[in-house]
Amino acid sequence: MAFELISGSQAAAIAVQRVGVDLVSAYPITPQTAIVETLANFDARGELGGDFVSVESEYAALACAYGAAAAGARAFTATASHGLAYMHEMIHWCSGARVPIVMVNVNRTIGAPWCLDPDQGDSLSQRDTGWMQIYCSGAQEVLDTVMQAFLLSEELLLPCMVVFDGFYISHTYEAVDVPDQKTVRDFIGPPPFEAQVKPGAPANLHGLTTGDNQIELIRGRHEAMKLAPQSFKAINSRFQETFGRSYGAIDPVIPDGAKTVILAAGATAETVRWALPKMQDTGLLQLRMFRPFPREELCSALEEHGVEKVIVIDRNCSTGMGGIFAQELRSALYGMDNQPDVQDIILAGGIDLTIEMLERIVREEKAEGHVEQKWGVDLR
Amino acid sequence: MKTDIMNHESEMLYAGHNACPGCGAALAVRYLTRALGPDLALVLTASCWSIITGMPPLTALKCPILHCPFPSAGSVGSGVRRGLNAKGQYDTTVVVLAGDGGTFDIGLQALSGAAQRNEDYMFVCYDNEAYMNTGMQTSSATPFGARTATAPYPLFKEGQKKDIMQIMAAHSIPYAATATVAFPEDMERKLKKAREIRGFRFIHILSPCPPGWGTESSDTIHLSRQAVATGFFPLYEIINGVSWKMTCQPEGKRLPLKEYLSGQRRFKQMEDVRIEALQEEVDHDWEVLLKRIEASK
Repeated sequence: MAFELISGSQAAAIAVQRVGVDLVSAYPITPQTAIVETLANFDARGELGGDFVSVESEYAALACAYGAAAAGARAFTATASHGLAYMHEMIHWCSGARVPIVMVNVNRTIGAPWCLDPDQGDSLSQRDTGWMQIYCSGAQEVLDTVMQAFLLSEELLLPCMVVFDGFYISHTYEAVDVPDQKTVRDFIGPPPFEAQVKPGAPANLHGLTTGDNQIELIRGRHEAMKLAPQSFKAINSRFQETFGRSYGAIDPVIPDGAKTVILAAGATAETVRWALPKMQDTGLLQLRMFRPFPREELCSALEEHGVEKVIVIDRNCSTGMGGIFAQELRSALYGMDNQPDVQDIILAGGIDLTIEMLERIVREEKAEGHVEQKWGVDLR
Repeated sequence: MKTDIMNHESEMLYAGHNACPGCGAALAVRYLTRALGPDLALVLTASCWSIITGMPPLTALKCPILHCPFPSAGSVGSGVRRGLNAKGQYDTTVVVLAGDGGTFDIGLQALSGAAQRNEDYMFVCYDNEAYMNTGMQTSSATPFGARTATAPYPLFKEGQKKDIMQIMAAHSIPYAATATVAFPEDMERKLKKAREIRGFRFIHILSPCPPGWGTESSDTIHLSRQAVATGFFPLYEIINGVSWKMTCQPEGKRLPLKEYLSGQRRFKQMEDVRIEALQEEVDHDWEVLLKRIEASK
């Protein structure tokens, strides 16, 4: 083991370097810049082992990754916020084309007005694009998840987005167990997928088709994505053997007798984890995989512990409806026996979640009972 | 000039494609693929050719075609080139094919980025001077005075056609050239020359469009020839953005522009004063081009 004091951004870049990619195409945006700068430094030292290209926009970054992946190369890019929004058309296209690409998105609020705080609305607004999404709560998780995302993406031929909060994770430093390159490369292996663009082989790749064909293609990727929790589990049991750590699609920490759990994704999950000892009879349900939505895993964890109340921390808001994780959870729980009540705490704009706020949330919930939605700013 | 124009062995375009009769773009790509094939990978952005090539799994071309979203062609070309290199496939010629919309308008940013990085592939624009695949809407490649679906009579396209060749020259790319379907030997020579050059190469092909321009399908070659003879679309090449050279200019005086315009329905109701204005513009551009060529000697 070699612990290093690194940021979440560095952890993402180191993971990419350790895995070994053929192409990194990137365009800078706060708070993602440290990822591409770290990768550029690897390139400058001749340690990247692949091609690094600074392109003229985020749209170009993903378009370039698409071309490379279609030619059979392992490609990576990273972005945030407006950059992700600008990529939107390519995000759809890549999953439709079934190219494996790993992309990191560092959460940041989308304007107007300009705001750098880590609202999750950027990645969540790409919910229906056919990409897998995994949310990380710390730098170690970022490093491990980026490595695992390549395996998952290349196995299922679906692109995968690894997501974490701007600044809270991207710019804070923690002791991270950084594996050496050989161990990682032995674990990951070369890209196993076949090139779509094969010189000498005529093919009309992703040309105009009919709705009748398209529905089958959409079903194909829906079915492929449904395999993700199972594949992720298998990847993690192998990962555990090599690296001594593993993760689930959800990671529940539910003490015996806890009837209330707090569901959180990203950095807020780590805050809740720290606050747990201060809050009696309360558990944590860390949501890591958001697409596919781990419905079965969530329902069985809640059922197993007889959870009566789920308080959802949403660092996002779908205007006119509310927090997105809460909506997804309510939808997943619908029809379940002894369906737990869901309360939604909205931290839109990426506002901070303190342990004091958490204590108040749990205290008020116990006193007030059912309240559907609360705004984080009212809980300070 | 000796040419293998009737050599069917090297044909890459299958019969039975979806182009309209007399389509300049179909001819252009036929010449292009024949000149550059067989080891060719094509990146194709939204344009008439998205339709011409047919519905997968069918295909009209004897090479891989990777379709991509409208604004992305320049960047996808970069990725395919770099991806093939990563796989050791350095010898495959990568060509990005885009219409005038995917080049002059929505594709310009990606094109500029790739050109500035001097990406090692060839970008070919077949220019039919409007969004023909969607029904002849104005693009920035539409000439002054033309009527389109978004500039119907009494409206007309205002402003000049964007000078894409000057834009590409300003990027100092190793090779840029114009070509058109009436001069296949000239086109083939340029494509083969471009293939041997490393770095970013740009070919601008004027492709008459019978339904869009309002012409008979049998007029395509004639119009293409007239475009050159009038100086509306001169055939030249630019090396490294600075060395300009005319490659194929018919002998004698340039034809009056009116002869080229009068055969096309899109210019049918164009007033004389506007024809004169366009003639002046063409004359001016011609003089500028000659000066550049002279200065390159």
